[in-house]
Amino acid sequence: MPGTPIVRVVDVSKRFNLHHDKSLKERLVNRATRANEDFWALRNVAFDLDESNTLGLIGANGSGKSTLLKVVAGILTPTSGYVERRGRMAALLELGAGFHPDLTGRENVYMNASILGLSRRQTDQYFDAIVDFSGIEKFIDNQVKFYSSGMYVRLAFAVAVHVDPELLLIDEVLSVGDEPFQRKCMKRIKEFQRDGRTIVLVTHGIDVVRQLCDRVIMLDKGEVVVDGKPQEATRAFRERYAAQVDEPEDVRGTGQVSVTSMRVTDGQGREKQRFESGERLGFEMVIEAHEPLEDPVVGVAIYNHLDNLVYGTNTAMRDVPLGTFTGRRRVRFDFGPIPMVEGQYFVTVAVHSRDETVQYVWLERQVSFKVFSLSVDSGVLHLDPSIEIEPAGPDSS
Amino acid sequence: MRGIWSFRELLGNLVRKELKVKYKNSVLGFLWSLVRPLCLLLIYWLVLGKFLRSPIPDFAFYLFAGLVAWDLFGSTLNAATTSIVSNGGLIKKVYFPREILPLATVGAGLVHFALQMLVVFGVLVAFDYDFFGANLLLLPLAVVALVIFLTAMSLFLAAANVYLRDVQHLIEVFLLFWFWLTPIVYPINFAFDVFGGRAVAGVKLSTIYMLNPLTNVVVGFQRAVYKHPVVEDSGGNPVEVLYQASMGTYVGRLLAVIVVSSLLVWLAQRVFARAQGNFAQEL
Repeated sequence: MPGTPIVRVVDVSKRFNLHHDKSLKERLVNRATRANEDFWALRNVAFDLDESNTLGLIGANGSGKSTLLKVVAGILTPTSGYVERRGRMAALLELGAGFHPDLTGRENVYMNASILGLSRRQTDQYFDAIVDFSGIEKFIDNQVKFYSSGMYVRLAFAVAVHVDPELLLIDEVLSVGDEPFQRKCMKRIKEFQRDGRTIVLVTHGIDVVRQLCDRVIMLDKGEVVVDGKPQEATRAFRERYAAQVDEPEDVRGTGQVSVTSMRVTDGQGREKQRFESGERLGFEMVIEAHEPLEDPVVGVAIYNHLDNLVYGTNTAMRDVPLGTFTGRRRVRFDFGPIPMVEGQYFVTVAVHSRDETVQYVWLERQVSFKVFSLSVDSGVLHLDPSIEIEPAGPDSS
Repeated sequence: MRGIWSFRELLGNLVRKELKVKYKNSVLGFLWSLVRPLCLLLIYWLVLGKFLRSPIPDFAFYLFAGLVAWDLFGSTLNAATTSIVSNGGLIKKVYFPREILPLATVGAGLVHFALQMLVVFGVLVAFDYDFFGANLLLLPLAVVALVIFLTAMSLFLAAANVYLRDVQHLIEVFLLFWFWLTPIVYPINFAFDVFGGRAVAGVKLSTIYMLNPLTNVVVGFQRAVYKHPVVEDSGGNPVEVLYQASMGTYVGRLLAVIVVSSLLVWLAQRVFARAQGNFAQEL
């Protein structure tokens, strides 16, 4: 029935008892002291999920997103509220749960498939595809305990994605395997989406959310704080956790130079922190030499939230000599328009000798700025493509 | 229950896995499942039959009948009690009806049992022991009663053990008592002789003794394959080896066990269903 949600989460709360005493004696002895160790992992969470949507659950560690997924999967029963679900479901909460080390790959495929709800006949049908997907044909009749962890995970994921669910729940399993395999997984998930299946996935990767989801719920301390388009939610996520990402700052160097001030500007001297994609970006800093230095180099590097270098330059590359450097200098960078995708960026500055043997000062990720864009992009660069589609003849090249 | 039916293939696979894993990498493999009961048989036959001079003729066959039934019950119940806890990883990560786990243990137990029965009958035939007859019809009834009762106990204990790990240790001790309170190595009438007409709170001890479902199952097994209900000892006095009752009483008692056990299964399933909601967080 189209129109009715495939998952309804109605006012779900989940409380955990934090007591660990398991034996009879401990229970009797500690009876009185147990009451207050409750922890609410979810509080009044409610949402409806329509068919063929892809929902992302994000939030910091301990925000309750995995608990929510387990409640939806039926593994945990909520303390109050309820979950309605229809259709066949497969939950990938951990790859290879139920793999037995003493059984061969082949036996485990059948075992795991039946745990996920496939019949023997269906598994027979998919078996070759599963083995092919995992890429470990040679070892399929070896015991799983002799597998490398990569092989193990690949086989497990291969089984999981060949189960034919209407509702697929995924918890952080995309971050396993080598890069080609991850691409394969991603491709498979997109195929699922094209087939009109419903997916709920828990992830830390904001990029995954932006690539896959058409709806995002962000949890904090067990409560829904954002429920909307991925743009909104990832923005909220970055803002909320920006402060935490800022923390790991690192100051290195000989200390012959110190940086007394730094700021991100609009390229014309005014301080600025939020940019539209394509706006002009500038950076200013004041450095002070504690002893005379011969022609040092001042450099700036911009990193994105994944710690990838987006752009870096220095006075030597741009052929701007400082000469003999004493006292204080103000150094201004004007980067011009920045065609970068939405996100938070961090600036690292350094002053070193021309031959790069002596690091006078190195300030890592000391300041940050944000870029917003109105369009959805993936990657690093914000381009402005136009796309044309026209009928093509049979032999057009 | 409907959920369990749709996962019957998983049940089959789990049973197969349990059997396969247990004897993987061992040379004798499946034969090990026969070693333990055979050793027990040997010990009891030697100590009770020879050293203590049990008056029961063909004592080994008598023992066989009771031990096979007991081994199915005792070993399986031990394994089933820990079935949920030892599969914690699975419980926490995948959804399927949790009843499957204790049921798979019972299933694996049944496979062992079938194998042992084959050996029993093989030996009986080899020794040209005349056991064919209407008595044999008691056997399927007794097996059904035993399996239903075992299922109820397994479901209940598996769930209880999640919340209270003491259960798995408790049940080991409990089974020890249970073994000796069931007429496996001695004739039931020896116990009755000791009880005499004594009663507790107006109920005769022998009646209480007969309330044990295992007793009813075991005497059923013995009646089915053992052929000397009454023998004469060296002094010429009659010794009642088997439970002295009509065939009708045997059948009636086994049917009663089946009915009561079925109720227990229903009850255990209810308890299990209520308890399983919190399995994932208790493990």
